[in-house]
Amino acid sequence: MASTARRDAPEPPDFGILKRLARDQLIYLLEQLPGRKDLFIEPDLMSPLDRIANVSVLKQHEVDKLYRVENRPAPSSSDQLCFLVRPRVRTMRYIADVVNADKMSGRSRKYKIIFSPQKFYACEMVLEEEGVFGDVTCDEWSFYLLPLDEDIISMELPEFFRDYFLEGDHRWINSVARALQLLNSLYGPFSRAYGIGRCAKMSYELWRDLEEESESDGQGRKPEIGNIFLMDRDMDYVTALCSQVVYEGLVDDTFRIKCGSVDFGPEVTSSDKSIKVLLNAQDKIFSQIRNEHFSSVFGFLSQKSRNLQAQYDRRQGMDIKQMKNFVSQELKGLKQEHRLLSLHIGACESIMKKKTKQDFQEMIKVEHALLEGFDIRESASFIEEHIDRQVSPIESLRLMCLLSITENGLIPKDYRSLKTQYLQSYGPEHLLTFHNLKHIGLLTEQTAGETLTAVESRVSKLVTDRAAGKITDAFNSLAKKSNFRAISKKLSLIPRVDGEYNLKMPRDMAYVFSGAYTPLSCKIIEQVLERRGWQGLEEVVRLLNGSEFAMADGGLEEGAGGDAQRVVLAVFLGGCTFSEIAALRFLGKERGCRFIFLTTAITSSARMMEAMAEAKA
Amino acid sequence: MDCYTANWNPLGEEAFYRKFELYTMEWGLKEDLRDCLVAAAPYGGPIALLKNNAKKEKSPSTRPLLEIYSASGLLLASIPWKSGQLVQLGWTASEDLLCIQEDGTVLIYNLFCEFKRHFSMGNEVLQNHVLEAKVFHTEYGTGVAILTGAHRFSLTTNIDDLKLRRMPEVPGLQKPPSCWAVLTQDRVTIVLLAVGQDLYLLDNTSCSVVTPPGMSPSAGAYLQMAVSFNYRCLALFTDTGYIWMGLATLKDKFCEFNSTIRSPPKQMVWCSRPRSRQRAVVLAWERQLMVAGNSTECIRFVLDEDSYLVPEPDGVRILSRTSHEFLHEIPEASQEIFKIASMAPGALLLEAQKEYEKESQKADEYLREIKDQKLLPEAVSQCIEAAGYEHEPETQKSLLRAASFGKCFIDKFPPESFVRMCQDLRVLNSIRDYQIGIPLTFTQYKRLTIEVLLDRLVLRRLYPLAIRICEYLRLPEIQGVSRILAHWACYKVQQKDKSDEEVAYAINQKLGDTPGISYSEIAARAYDCGRTELAIKLLEYEPRSGEQVPLLLKMKRSKLALSKAIESGDTDLVYTVVLHLKNELNRGTFFMTLQNQPVALSLYRQFCKHQERETLKDLYNQDDNHQELGNFHVHSSYSEKRIEGRVGALQNAVDEYYKAKNEFAAKATEDQIKLLRLQRHLQEDFDKPYLDLSLHNTVSTLIQDGHHKKAEQLYREFKIPDKRYWWLKISALATRGDWEEMEKFSKSKKSPIGYLPFVEIAVKHHNRYEAKKYAPRVTPEQRVKAFILVGYVGCLSLERQGGTGELEIRLGLMAAGGSWCSSTPRAVGLGYSGRIREALILLLPLGAARGATQTPLFSPHGGK
Repeated sequence: MASTARRDAPEPPDFGILKRLARDQLIYLLEQLPGRKDLFIEPDLMSPLDRIANVSVLKQHEVDKLYRVENRPAPSSSDQLCFLVRPRVRTMRYIADVVNADKMSGRSRKYKIIFSPQKFYACEMVLEEEGVFGDVTCDEWSFYLLPLDEDIISMELPEFFRDYFLEGDHRWINSVARALQLLNSLYGPFSRAYGIGRCAKMSYELWRDLEEESESDGQGRKPEIGNIFLMDRDMDYVTALCSQVVYEGLVDDTFRIKCGSVDFGPEVTSSDKSIKVLLNAQDKIFSQIRNEHFSSVFGFLSQKSRNLQAQYDRRQGMDIKQMKNFVSQELKGLKQEHRLLSLHIGACESIMKKKTKQDFQEMIKVEHALLEGFDIRESASFIEEHIDRQVSPIESLRLMCLLSITENGLIPKDYRSLKTQYLQSYGPEHLLTFHNLKHIGLLTEQTAGETLTAVESRVSKLVTDRAAGKITDAFNSLAKKSNFRAISKKLSLIPRVDGEYNLKMPRDMAYVFSGAYTPLSCKIIEQVLERRGWQGLEEVVRLLNGSEFAMADGGLEEGAGGDAQRVVLAVFLGGCTFSEIAALRFLGKERGCRFIFLTTAITSSARMMEAMAEAKA
Repeated sequence: MDCYTANWNPLGEEAFYRKFELYTMEWGLKEDLRDCLVAAAPYGGPIALLKNNAKKEKSPSTRPLLEIYSASGLLLASIPWKSGQLVQLGWTASEDLLCIQEDGTVLIYNLFCEFKRHFSMGNEVLQNHVLEAKVFHTEYGTGVAILTGAHRFSLTTNIDDLKLRRMPEVPGLQKPPSCWAVLTQDRVTIVLLAVGQDLYLLDNTSCSVVTPPGMSPSAGAYLQMAVSFNYRCLALFTDTGYIWMGLATLKDKFCEFNSTIRSPPKQMVWCSRPRSRQRAVVLAWERQLMVAGNSTECIRFVLDEDSYLVPEPDGVRILSRTSHEFLHEIPEASQEIFKIASMAPGALLLEAQKEYEKESQKADEYLREIKDQKLLPEAVSQCIEAAGYEHEPETQKSLLRAASFGKCFIDKFPPESFVRMCQDLRVLNSIRDYQIGIPLTFTQYKRLTIEVLLDRLVLRRLYPLAIRICEYLRLPEIQGVSRILAHWACYKVQQKDKSDEEVAYAINQKLGDTPGISYSEIAARAYDCGRTELAIKLLEYEPRSGEQVPLLLKMKRSKLALSKAIESGDTDLVYTVVLHLKNELNRGTFFMTLQNQPVALSLYRQFCKHQERETLKDLYNQDDNHQELGNFHVHSSYSEKRIEGRVGALQNAVDEYYKAKNEFAAKATEDQIKLLRLQRHLQEDFDKPYLDLSLHNTVSTLIQDGHHKKAEQLYREFKIPDKRYWWLKISALATRGDWEEMEKFSKSKKSPIGYLPFVEIAVKHHNRYEAKKYAPRVTPEQRVKAFILVGYVGCLSLERQGGTGELEIRLGLMAAGGSWCSSTPRAVGLGYSGRIREALILLLPLGAARGATQTPLFSPHGGK
């Protein structure tokens, strides 16, 4: 990273093998239940499954009918039922109901539960309590990692965020550690590891333990990924809460990218059908605009469409032979490009329409003011009006959180009035939502003269012992402070602007937020990689109150390992946003290194807020 | 060397047998062997002796004595025999001693006379008593066969997986058979027995009479039979002194021999080595030992004292009071080298080496002779192989020296076989030492494998030697040293004379972090010996916390188990402990324990949330967590169907919130109760669903339905802020299309939200006429915006509709509108009106451009 000469970033490793591994294991598990069977799939496993194995593969292995696991009795008539589920208590109850209903009607069938990515003891406990443990067989489908793109791997565990950060549930840490183990065995050994956050540290330690137990040394293999950086989402909520303005982020915010693909509705496709589009590096148009600031996207698309037109126009003046060539060789590609181009233009239009309707500009202005810390009163009244007018429950909540977290909590008056207004607008059940937000530290009240931070961090320094660390962990969300302003100053997250920020030729990562703010998470990663550790960042670490760590495999020569040393696996525990991905991709291009993203799920401000909302049961 | 073949005894043309002493027995036996029950384990195993067994009168002083000796006669352990009358002793494949009592009970002891367990051979045996018993080994394990007093056979093929089989009856059997043996053929265990001149075969279901092929008709009655080590050969001895030797399947005869001795031999066993064409049996009488095979001659030895034969896979061991000997057929390689006047390459090489040592040129001659025949590699191999068969280190050395000498003259002779043999011999010599007393031959050693040999050393508690061997052979730590250290530690924890600290320290000193060591297994052993404290100390050394938990639970150290489980980071383990605790402790203590372990508490809460909501309440109660209790009640109010139930639950929540000093939440919930009651009335009055609407939506619905008075009432009662109320009211009125009321409202007092919203809302509902009314009342700063809204938006949207989707136009529009996102805080300046103007300017040239490309090649929406 230290080299100043701009080198081309190394190619990302081939993650296709992860898919093949997952598919082979699934097929093996299906074969374990020979004969025809009906498959019940947990709804949120459907999209990931679709990326691994399509229906015809399932049919080949004697899957008869497919059902969703939902709160309705199963109409299946097959004698063998196979459930492909996440390890959740709720789902176990559903399965137990199916089995018990069969028992009541004197019907005997075979039941097999395949847990993905792993089985939890609590699930077996529920099956036992419901009295069906003996009737089912259980298996694990170790499908930890889904490569969404050439540089994004997702664990597709959106519940990780709520489970860990809100409920203090450590179950998924084990899954993370196993995922790391798998990646390490395929693409490692990772020679340098950095991280910040309690969960990051626990995951790292658990992973190391697993490595030690398994005794399989990857020595002698050429590593493809040399560095790994783990970060907890709660180190940086601010970035995740900001409105996204890079194209991919906007598409996600507007249409929700699900498992790497998006459903463009009729307003985009200009037809009466929705089209499902896979958004990844294979899409020639998309791959060129995904990381661009939205304002540059139009220019690009316009240029592209002109070029396309010119290419079509070439056929005027062609003789028959050339025409034949053109039709057989180029036309298909052009048509494809044309289709994609019109889709993305449609998407842009749709985004524009929606954003203009919501007075997006005002909102961005407020966001930027909050990030910079001026005009707080005006911002607060903007938010209040936003709530009063019932513009959008999720957006309002997001703005409130952003206000709280940048200001180290709301002043008591605002805290009360905004909450009251919100409850009046959207119903009293959000009382519980607010409780959750307070618990996780997203929406808190300022308390007079409280400067606990120094003490807190001293305490957390003292308890380095693992067990003790975990005990205090459960309390860490109490009296938690964000210290955003101080951190922002320390790391100069708000770029100084002389004149207009050139978004077409960005000079730093701040471009992903229109040059107003450099994402904190990415900045930390940049700084640590540059310094090869946390030296000089002690103050930031103290303000973040995080358990930082940096490990290097001894005896590693400078420059050894070749390209692998320029490949960094960035692990986001609790989700990462497309803006962060874009920022780090930009950084990688600048520094000649390649970031690979491993996230528990792709997140966005809306997803985070929804995770905190307490739905009516 | 001249006398080397002195103890070779020829049998027939090709085979030689030799008998040599393994050990001078150290046991100082006073009794005659014939007065004792004897059992010696194969593969150089230990010897068990039961003295004074025969004596029926049981005075305490002459109680039988059970003694176990090593093969060299060193006493390993002894105990006075206090149990019932013993009929037979035998060894299992894992060197446990089986003591078969008259009543069919089988007691199992280890090498050190420590009782392990017992089992019974069944009721039938108990009633009729054991007449005779035999211990046998098959691929299934160690088996026991019993002949009962009722002349019936009962057997089990594996004592570790006890399945008793009662064999069918032999018709007309009135007296015990003269001899019998257990055979195993095609994985089926059968019994062969002889009654007079008849042979019977008992399998699972039937009894059949069999006749061995080629049996001389005048042979007489059977007296003795012997089955070979591998169950393939059978020998029968009759009362005419005739011996029949053949396949155990009775399909073929090898040979016969007439011993001319009519008295039955005390023992008859097979003596043959694997892959030998020669097959012979050894018979022992009081004073005579005979080797008989496929030859008219036989070999006779005189026995000075009472002896006991132990069959081995490659020979026979002969035990007596003073010595322990081994009788075997000379292997081919040794024969080739040592046979008198042998010209085999190995023999020449040995000779060459000797001459070389004497610095004689004859060495060269011999060597040349071998080399001319190109037999040098074979010579070396022969010497190496023969070294393995030698018992005397000196002979081994000279053979190896010859091999090493020969090797020098060969290009690229692979060294492995030589090195391997040197190592093996070193191991063998060390275990053959009389202190250790395991007289394994090379053949036996290879069959037993090094792993089993190590196990046997461990069994004899010869840990240091076992570790040395592992280190010497460079075995992987996990298979070798670690395993032995673990065994040592398991033994160490049983030493009750040392304190827990001492033992734990000693174990940790020795074991350290050796890979593959499981401290939890050692701790489990300590716990089994009743040393709980020691077990806990040992568990401290266990690096994998996951391994500590099950044992801690077993030892009822649940709290410690819980913290270890949490430390492991394995939530399943935490759940295991939590559930265990739940069953073990009373509810109060259980909750208290959880309170001290937040991680476990969170996990348990998560479980309760989905599975046992009531428990969740108890948990919060215990903790005086009123905030969570309040939340809990709010949550449960959702599932209440009746409104009274909901109000009740919410009232509970209010109480809890007050206790938690969360006035905000309490107030909010009180408001909710108030709203709920009101909504019920509204629902009844207006026959329209109001329940579950938010306050905002309730008021809004009221206005939309024209119930303005009611709306006013709610506005006052719930202290809805003015701004909100105005926003709410005008949008509701606009939705209703009640522009008249809206105008009235706008004039009721000065608007707290200004008049721009009136314009906006009217435009939104496409009512430009109404919008225009309010535009003049907008404050001057916003007035331009208002006018633009009223005037130009329509025009813009017209343009949009007119567009046929031409890409360029659409992009132009977007570029204009898109300025919002390109703005840095300072560059926001353009503002709303500016943007629109920009859009209009941009539209003009683009509109023209559209005309130019009037006939596009394709429509972007895939028209073609």
